[in-house]
Amino acid sequence: MKIAVCIKRVPDSETRVKVAADGKSLDEAGVKFVMNPYDEFAVEEALRRKEKAGAGEVAVLCLGPAAAQETIRTALAMGADRGILLQADKMPADSFEVAKLIAAELKSTSWDLILFGRMAIDDYNHQVGTLVAELLGLPSVSAVSHLEIEGATGVAEREIEGGIEVVEFPLPAVVTADKGLNEPRYPALKGIMAAKKKPLEVKPVQAGSGTLEVVALTPPAERKEGRIVGEGAAAVGELVRLLREEAKVL
Amino acid sequence: MSKVLAVLEQRDGKLRKVSFEVITAARRLGDADAVVCDATDREACAAALAARAKSGGYRAVVFSATATGRDLAPRVAAKLGVAVVADLTDVVADGSGFLVTRPVYAGKALLKVKVTAQPAVLSLRPNVFTPDAAASSVKPETLPVTAGGRVKVREVKAAPAGTLDVAEAQVIISGGRGLKEPANFKVLEELAHAFGGRAAVGASRAVVDAGWRAHADQVGQTGKTVSPSLYIAVGISGAIQHLAGMRTSKVIVAINKDKDAPIFKIADYGVVGDLFEIVPKLTEEIRKLHG
Repeated sequence: MKIAVCIKRVPDSETRVKVAADGKSLDEAGVKFVMNPYDEFAVEEALRRKEKAGAGEVAVLCLGPAAAQETIRTALAMGADRGILLQADKMPADSFEVAKLIAAELKSTSWDLILFGRMAIDDYNHQVGTLVAELLGLPSVSAVSHLEIEGATGVAEREIEGGIEVVEFPLPAVVTADKGLNEPRYPALKGIMAAKKKPLEVKPVQAGSGTLEVVALTPPAERKEGRIVGEGAAAVGELVRLLREEAKVL
Repeated sequence: MSKVLAVLEQRDGKLRKVSFEVITAARRLGDADAVVCDATDREACAAALAARAKSGGYRAVVFSATATGRDLAPRVAAKLGVAVVADLTDVVADGSGFLVTRPVYAGKALLKVKVTAQPAVLSLRPNVFTPDAAASSVKPETLPVTAGGRVKVREVKAAPAGTLDVAEAQVIISGGRGLKEPANFKVLEELAHAFGGRAAVGASRAVVDAGWRAHADQVGQTGKTVSPSLYIAVGISGAIQHLAGMRTSKVIVAINKDKDAPIFKIADYGVVGDLFEIVPKLTEEIRKLHG
């Protein structure tokens, strides 16, 4: 099975966001970058599929700055075979421009399966996988929490509000991974050593400007200072009164 | 006035609440045409919507960022050659385009973007836009779909009757490690029940990772971002990634035994103490109110 996994380098979820001097972007000083958590599920799924098939290849593709090589090495340490970095100094704000670059790289190979995380925890766009599928003319299923593949047919489960949707699709296809799909492995020391020797190709790319222009990045409105109503069950009466009379939510 | 296409969502033949949010927001942006389309055949539905968006001369196509909307919107956007401006919380017309605000880094910052795409494909974060009185009388046109797509919804397994999704609930009672063990979530479920079908039980990442609760219930940066009227955090210390997912709730109540827990910094009202004494008492009081 020939599988491509598209990953992204993002600030760790515990990052405290500080706006850079340009007023439009994240101040990256002191920020720890990691592989987007949803992409870990995608990498793990690819490895399991290859292991199950007993043969094949898992290639990892990342659009990002030079430092994203580290993110790709993490995926290689988990067990992926090779990496490709589409190196761009600035990530486009427009997801369609991102998708065009990724699709252009993927289209030269015939993949059985292309995996993405369902969204990146930095820009919350949750669309690049689906856009890439459309650009490649492939069927796609997004936010998949359970996946079965039998021959050339896939059956995926995805969480919807108040239930689970069961979706059937033919392969080759694009699938975006949600939490719950699997339990991603930690890279073992042996994998980390092996990853250093695995091929990692760097290709410079230039993104188009797209139809989105960032005007500003601002901190969210501060919540006004709250208060401790009291201690223990004795405070519940006062809490309920405040919720009714002051907050008016009961 | 410019034309806007409002894509509504139905389930079991009834418009969902998010549909009223979509039509309300769309009408603010222009002369809105409301449509629904059967999304069982995903590709066919997307093709029908894209064809309508192209032929209708719309300035914007508006979706709700639900599980279905998030799957459908990028399919339509790609056919129109543009990105989705996803999960927005504010949008205003600006010249020939739109000025949009959307939370990024799970709400730790707001990104303001100018959108010049024609048409612009927008998806609204659920529970943010308050439907106006006129919304409920909307009569959407059903778009005919030509079957033949490759991606098909074979079945929808509904959650047990009476369970409300955290993303849609007006009241959320979330539990963390302070609950001590999975069975103790029963105290939160009883409190949720006391709200009479308006409340859902959420969870912190710690307890979801521990396998106590389903991922669907997780609130935070790697779970759901929610904005209910009332959020009650029980036994949750308030890790930054959790706070990010619920900080836009209208009113936040924290119940925690540690008076220095970070959750108290963001909560409007805090009660310090043993949750196993406080929550049942609260349940009793809420039951009295809803008699």
